[in-house]
Amino acid sequence: MSKSLNIALLGNPNTGKTSVFNRLTGLNQKVGNYPGITVEKKEGVCKLNRTTKAHIIDLPGTYSLNASSMDESVVIELLLNKNSKDFPDVAVVITDVENLKRNLLLFTQVKDLGIPTLLVINMSDQMKRKGIRLDIPLLEKQLDTHIALVSTRENTGIDHLKTLLLNYRQLSTQPTIALESIDPVYFESLKKAFPNQQLYKLWLVITQDVNFAKIDRNRVSDTTDFKTQSESVLKRMQQKETVKRYKFINTILKETLEIDRASATDFRSRLDRVLIHKFWGYIIFFVILMTVFQSIYDWSSIPQDFIDATFAQLSEAASTKLPQGLFTDLLAQGIIPGLGGIVIFIPQIAFLFFFISILEETGYMSRVVFLMDRGLRRFGLNGKSVIPLISGTACAIPAVMATRNIENWKERLITILVTPFTTCSARLPVYTILIALVIPQGSFLGLNYQGLMLMFLYLVGFAMALLSAWILSMTIKIQSKSYFVVEMPNYKFPLLKNVGITVWEKTRTFVTEAGKIILAISILLWVLASYGPGENFSEAEQIVQSNFTELEGEELTNKINSHKLEHSYIGLLGKSIEPVITPLGYDWKIGIALISSFAAREVFVGTLATIYSVESDAEETIKNRMASEVRADGTPLFNLASGISLMLFYAFAMQCMSTLAIVKKETNSWKWPTIQLFGMTFLAYLTAFTTYQILS
Amino acid sequence: MIPLDQLTKGAQAEIESIETDQLPLKLIEMGCLPGNTISLIQKAPFNDPLYFKVDESHLAIRRETAKHIFVRLLE
Repeated sequence: MSKSLNIALLGNPNTGKTSVFNRLTGLNQKVGNYPGITVEKKEGVCKLNRTTKAHIIDLPGTYSLNASSMDESVVIELLLNKNSKDFPDVAVVITDVENLKRNLLLFTQVKDLGIPTLLVINMSDQMKRKGIRLDIPLLEKQLDTHIALVSTRENTGIDHLKTLLLNYRQLSTQPTIALESIDPVYFESLKKAFPNQQLYKLWLVITQDVNFAKIDRNRVSDTTDFKTQSESVLKRMQQKETVKRYKFINTILKETLEIDRASATDFRSRLDRVLIHKFWGYIIFFVILMTVFQSIYDWSSIPQDFIDATFAQLSEAASTKLPQGLFTDLLAQGIIPGLGGIVIFIPQIAFLFFFISILEETGYMSRVVFLMDRGLRRFGLNGKSVIPLISGTACAIPAVMATRNIENWKERLITILVTPFTTCSARLPVYTILIALVIPQGSFLGLNYQGLMLMFLYLVGFAMALLSAWILSMTIKIQSKSYFVVEMPNYKFPLLKNVGITVWEKTRTFVTEAGKIILAISILLWVLASYGPGENFSEAEQIVQSNFTELEGEELTNKINSHKLEHSYIGLLGKSIEPVITPLGYDWKIGIALISSFAAREVFVGTLATIYSVESDAEETIKNRMASEVRADGTPLFNLASGISLMLFYAFAMQCMSTLAIVKKETNSWKWPTIQLFGMTFLAYLTAFTTYQILS
Repeated sequence: MIPLDQLTKGAQAEIESIETDQLPLKLIEMGCLPGNTISLIQKAPFNDPLYFKVDESHLAIRRETAKHIFVRLLE
């Protein structure tokens, strides 16, 4: 019989908690969401010995059990809920040597809940270099626990940690401080009113100022013995509690910790002097950003071309090698191109997260937040909005999720609302083909026009994000205190294992989450394009044959296919919106592509391929076919005016169901995604209209 | 005694008092407590936000928050 125990990992952000988790579980981990909210839930399995398995939860980083963000409230919710299936048998507080004091604050809080609690001190390999000496046996005695010294970088101490975990029953569950001494009258009356409850637990339930948590505050209400206190009185008491905990910790550290300041290097301050310099700091950030984008596009193009070709071949092979029929059509024209549309984004997303996780791991991201806060605040955003706005260039879905650590609700909401304006990778295929089609080749001052146009579209996206943030900040009336506290962590060399796991997890999430929708839409589109009402659809062969007697072979098949499409359900849809989009310079075929793009932008090219009955999905053929498309008066359909109008429409319109779904989840209401959908699309229409009318 | 936002770069100070109601608890938990030493490491352009070392933590806060922390200069 194998035994299983629950382990929860806790610790401040940036203290190597995730590194310990990765060392313990390797790739035996899965990332999901906590029910109802989009806080990432990381779980993994680790074999402690031959008979015992550990189920490990890597809880979000937190400074204390007093929650100030959604991530932090998850931690408290789990630790207060004994009935949860994840409730830990043992809690592990992880700290690095340098931030020992602050992490001990969290340690004393967790231990006071009566949960067996272990302490792990990470980065022990750096102790000597930083001139730090610790008396571990004495520290264990004073804190009344066991301590594992580990180095995730050199992979030492993990076995010792496993042994300690196996013997968790030996850990004491005595509280570290006497809460009563903060305010004897108050706490005695609390004890009297709820004699069966643990005191610190009660106190946490009372003080948690988290309206998004499910902890029921009403459970603790006035009784004859006990009077509730006002918020500011409670806050004073919380502060007293914090002071008391620090006193306890300082007394202990005085005896057990020795720091030789002289041997501490000033690597940090030297780097800081350059990286957050008033002038050079911005230049460096800009250069890093440009390098990242350049590499993403350069490095992605090779695997992307390969993926493109492979799926075109697969589709071709399916339609020629398999017996003809409905299923083959669905496979060759619906499912395979649909899958290709997902896989094509993998290189870009993987590279983007590779760079973002390196910037975060090294500690540089916090410096960017510091540099950008003032500028972004003018637009109603927050320094921390930088990360979503940058991530948005890959995909708005993870970007919206990355707003979680913005404590101020109004600034967070605005960031969520404007992030979809940044040019995500799904817009790229649309831009690429339209630019090639309508922007002339040639160059100005060594910069080619087509490249400049692409850069312009990126800038327009960012500019619109800022502008609408500013408008929203003026119009949304939400009172929320603006607290901005950013920890500036030490610079670290990134652990490749952590970077690798992040890239793997984020890419996998994209493929499964967004992929499902893209695939479903592709199939739906195929159905709508393959069926239609009336004779015009069902008798297409005869109608075309009798009208175009001179056609034969491939030309005839193409003509029949496009006749069918025109009279299919989707064709009818496209025609019905034609009057609305004619002033923008589009015809009903583009209308179809627009409608299908509301599910996901990247289906634009694929849809046009189907509409123009081009057999292969290769870019060149579609481009040529699009170039030869003409209006009633014989001028090309895709000219400078309609091309730019179309690009600007794609730049501003909210054409992504997955993003809307995630915004609904994050804001917990349909109001904001609805505003986003209509507001952005109206703006897109207006811009496209003006552009076309001026340019044509 | 001066408000923290008037501290000059490089000077060492000790926190004298804080206006609790105006500060997030998180700041206090990160070591922003009376008695602890604090120094200004860097100002962002337009002097906001401010980057401090307090006790053993390095953190950045906005000027409006720093106004509610009062410090005494150390020699």
